Amino acid sequence: MIEVKDLYKKFGKNEVLKGLNLTIEKEGIFTILGPNGSGKTTLIKSILGMVLPDSGEILINGESVKKQWNYRFNIDYMPQIANFPTNLSVDELFDMIIDLRGSEKRKDDLVKLFGLGEFLNKKLGNLSGGTKQKVNIVLSFMFDSPIIILDEPTTGLDPVSLIRLKDLIMSEKERGKTILITTHIMDFVEQISDQIVFILEGVIYFRGTVGELKTKTNKESIERAIASILTETYA
Amino acid sequence: MLKILKYSFYDLIRSRWSYVYLAFYLLLGSVLLFLNNDLSKAVITLMNVIVVLTPLIGTIFGIMYYYSSREFTELLLAQPIKRRNIFLGQYLGVALSLSASLIIGLGIPFVAYGIFYSGAIWDYITLLITATFLTLIFTALAFNIAISTENRIKGFGYAILLWLFMAVIYDGIFLLGLVMFSEYPLENFSLIATLFNPIDLSRILILLKLDISALMGYTGAVFQKFFGTNQGLFISLGVLFVWAITPIWRIVAKSNKKDF
Repeated sequence: MIEVKDLYKKFGKNEVLKGLNLTIEKEGIFTILGPNGSGKTTLIKSILGMVLPDSGEILINGESVKKQWNYRFNIDYMPQIANFPTNLSVDELFDMIIDLRGSEKRKDDLVKLFGLGEFLNKKLGNLSGGTKQKVNIVLSFMFDSPIIILDEPTTGLDPVSLIRLKDLIMSEKERGKTILITTHIMDFVEQISDQIVFILEGVIYFRGTVGELKTKTNKESIERAIASILTETYA
Repeated sequence: MLKILKYSFYDLIRSRWSYVYLAFYLLLGSVLLFLNNDLSKAVITLMNVIVVLTPLIGTIFGIMYYYSSREFTELLLAQPIKRRNIFLGQYLGVALSLSASLIIGLGIPFVAYGIFYSGAIWDYITLLITATFLTLIFTALAFNIAISTENRIKGFGYAILLWLFMAVIYDGIFLLGLVMFSEYPLENFSLIATLFNPIDLSRILILLKLDISALMGYTGAVFQKFFGTNQGLFISLGVLFVWAITPIWRIVAKSNKKDF
């Protein structure tokens, strides 16, 4: 369970989060949407403790995350940009994170699923962007934590891997996990999300299912629905 | 922290630049011994190179490592690890791998030449200790600059400026001050001014250990009186220690308050 209460954060003069409240009580797939700079990544990073909020509170399973680090054993996170130490091989990177974090549950299955077998001994510096992203995916799913946070997971993936990722996310949901995803690919949103959390100007503007969003805005497609929210507020 | 340290250390130890750095010291040590054919003289020449070079390399490696591993640091920050341990581990990984290159690179030729059977052993050990201190200090200063500066180019610029200031400009200002106020008693002023620059401090520490302070005239005698005694030695090592600890402490303090 994730509770975000009255979260404020500014970077210099730029106020990104302006009293954001969000409670996620149950399992499911929650896509976090919003225009560029609306505070999606800031919200995610605040939950992870990478960004320190100016005020407000974040509770994971009822406990405040402030100055804590143990709670991160419950969270798997996949960052937007996958950039790893270039000198290490893929396998060494896996071993290192496993060493830091404790036992993995299913590295081998995931490696097989994304066809990384032949890359295990290659140096990370020599991998293509898409392959690095797959490494990133394996890293963030192998610990089998109850909360999964994915920041733009689809970047650079080929269609086959994209489908596998989608299936993987769905099966994680079936296993009772809470999954937060940010993305700009609306097809992806439509196919996987149980709920949409739409952030606009640092607060939550809309929360509900894809269907509810369409009814609310009276549009056929989710892309148009979101565009109409944006033009309404900016007009 | 030890795990992060281990990985940073291995990461660096296996990079080409560590070998280049190691090979450079191997070559420098061997050539100097070969040319001078005298341990004490080789130590003096080495000192002149080392007090300028170790800070430069520490600064550059420190700043480059921090910036190039920034995304990876973000990955680590999302793991259940204390922030302090991540940054201290990375810092020590850089500083210790540089120190290892230095000690091994200079160690092999001098040991092969027979430093253990020579009277210059203590001078040599002083040299290695101060060089290690300089590496620790300047890597920590570079990490400080990198943590406080988001822009890589600016950060790199500040770091090089810091090195230039400590290695060259500080001495220039110091000297200018001595010339301008030459009518006043300046011994205490110069003693104190020396303590405020780790490079000067290291240089004087080694020079006095080598017993060539007579070359420095009256001021040399004052310095000898201070640094030459055991008390002076401990004070100056203590000051070097403070120079190392302060920026390391600030790495921890800054990183705890930073957004990533």
